[in-house]
Amino acid sequence: MAGKKRTSRQARHQAVTGWAFALPFFLLFIVVFMAPIAVSVYKAFYKLQAGGGLYGGGEPTNQFVGFQNFVDAASNPGFWTGMLHVIAFGAFQIPIMILGALALALLLDSFLIRRPGPWRLLFFLPYAVPGLIAAIMWGYMYIPEISPFAGNLPQLDGHPFFLAPSTILFSMANMTTWTFMGYNMLIFLAALQSIPHDLYEAARIDGATGWQITTKIKIPMVRGAALLAVLLSIIGTIQLFNEPTVLRSIATWIPADYTPMTLTYDTLYQLSGGHGPASATSILMALIAGVLAVVYFLAQRKVD
Amino acid sequence: MTAKAEGARRGFRESIEGLPPRSIAPTKTARVLTNVLLGFVALYFLLPIAWMVIASSKSNHDLVTTPGFAFADLNWGLNWASLMQWTGDLFPRWVLNSLFYSTTAAVVGTLISVACGYALAKFAFPGRKMLLGTIMTGLLMPVALLTIPLYMMFHGMGLVDTVWAILIPSMVSPFGVFLGNVYATSSVPTELLEAARIDGAGEFRIFFTMVLRLLAPAMVTIFLFIFVATWNNFLLPLMMISKPELKPVTLGLYGMMSYFSPDKGAVILGALLGVVPLVILFLVLQRFWQSGLAAGAVKG
Repeated sequence: MAGKKRTSRQARHQAVTGWAFALPFFLLFIVVFMAPIAVSVYKAFYKLQAGGGLYGGGEPTNQFVGFQNFVDAASNPGFWTGMLHVIAFGAFQIPIMILGALALALLLDSFLIRRPGPWRLLFFLPYAVPGLIAAIMWGYMYIPEISPFAGNLPQLDGHPFFLAPSTILFSMANMTTWTFMGYNMLIFLAALQSIPHDLYEAARIDGATGWQITTKIKIPMVRGAALLAVLLSIIGTIQLFNEPTVLRSIATWIPADYTPMTLTYDTLYQLSGGHGPASATSILMALIAGVLAVVYFLAQRKVD
Repeated sequence: MTAKAEGARRGFRESIEGLPPRSIAPTKTARVLTNVLLGFVALYFLLPIAWMVIASSKSNHDLVTTPGFAFADLNWGLNWASLMQWTGDLFPRWVLNSLFYSTTAAVVGTLISVACGYALAKFAFPGRKMLLGTIMTGLLMPVALLTIPLYMMFHGMGLVDTVWAILIPSMVSPFGVFLGNVYATSSVPTELLEAARIDGAGEFRIFFTMVLRLLAPAMVTIFLFIFVATWNNFLLPLMMISKPELKPVTLGLYGMMSYFSPDKGAVILGALLGVVPLVILFLVLQRFWQSGLAAGAVKG
């Protein structure tokens, strides 16, 4: 009896202290992560509509429109072309960046490089450059007149080589790859360093070459890190915003709805229908991002 | 290095430092080729930054007429004057704003992340599993998408165009809690906490005098992570801030480059100066990044 009482007092102590330490973060988490989701789900069912008054005029009011905003968002062709843009972007940018990062990490972790420290620092440095500033920097380097490398390249359909409709996705992909390859390399390096070195010793005694150790031990062992890196890249790609926003001020042909994120931002600022339409668009985007991430996750598991 | 010691102990030929025994070490040619290859990769990462330094010194005319990677007349003074003129003397203010937002968000964010991570690691409280699951979901949440409803909320609360609109969202880092949790699990011994409790120390005293010290490496990493994320954020200030004197440097530069057509050299100088504080912080604290990411990746 006494023992039980003490346990429960201890349990209560644990509960109170645990919550006391967790609470400040949790409250802010509710404000910044959970409430916005609730707000956007709620707002997505309303639309600002004129003509509330008896004679058709009057102040525009927010009216419940059911799934109308979702239907509008999903039947907007601009949304789907934007989605195609980011999917096309991700389809070649993510593999190039992840495989490049993995290759660099494997080289730095191998006996081919004796002092990986300086290389690691050099490759990681672009991560310190804010994405927006990297976009401004590369954007200027794409302008033939001032570019150090694009001056003599031909025009494509009357646009500068790097700023033409057929190449602009590659130009954006280059910006993102430049910024994030080193970061992903560091994640792979950290995963490689956590592999127990006895495994390599054992493999060598069994006569494995360096190449076999790389392909048969190291690469399979960093699969978890690769999965996470790809998932985060997919989610980042869906939200592509800085690069198209900056490039629009250099290549003015880029439409406001070039990616779903720029479209959402633009919808919000047109304010023709209040906050509802933008909310519906962002929920639709979040759902697609979630579906893509899950599909990738399942596909990866099936391959494994 | 252990391979060398192994080799020497077993009586192999002396091997090169940092390499395995000669019989299985890569040839010199292979090593030279790898270094050359990495040299080219390094050029890709470094040349744009070098170009930015050079271009920031040029007038609009020199940018067009002189080779990209050669200095012409050093016009830093004129570009600075032009930068100040285009920004209405606000440019230094923007850099200071960025410093203020990043530092404040990182200090508070680190403290609350570590406290939450510690609670998750060391206390059995009801709702712990649920909390952990929610925070892990937050880790994979498309954050930019949250910015739009957040704007609507803050709009309703009258927080738009105040420093709170930047500070509050920037403080919340699920990654920080994740890292704090991993670190607290592995490097805060439960026996130590028990001993302190038996000696009569209160929970808050234990946290502030012992636990924070044990978690120092994780805290530096989380601090850096939030600092960089806040400094680099563009969409959040773009939505929340329109008063020129509250803008961080990213938003200020974007406004300058998109709404007018200022001297490009001046924009590039501004971009460069917006990066310098971050690069310094990075170089000084680089080894903390390493260890912090290591903890994250192992778990991942």
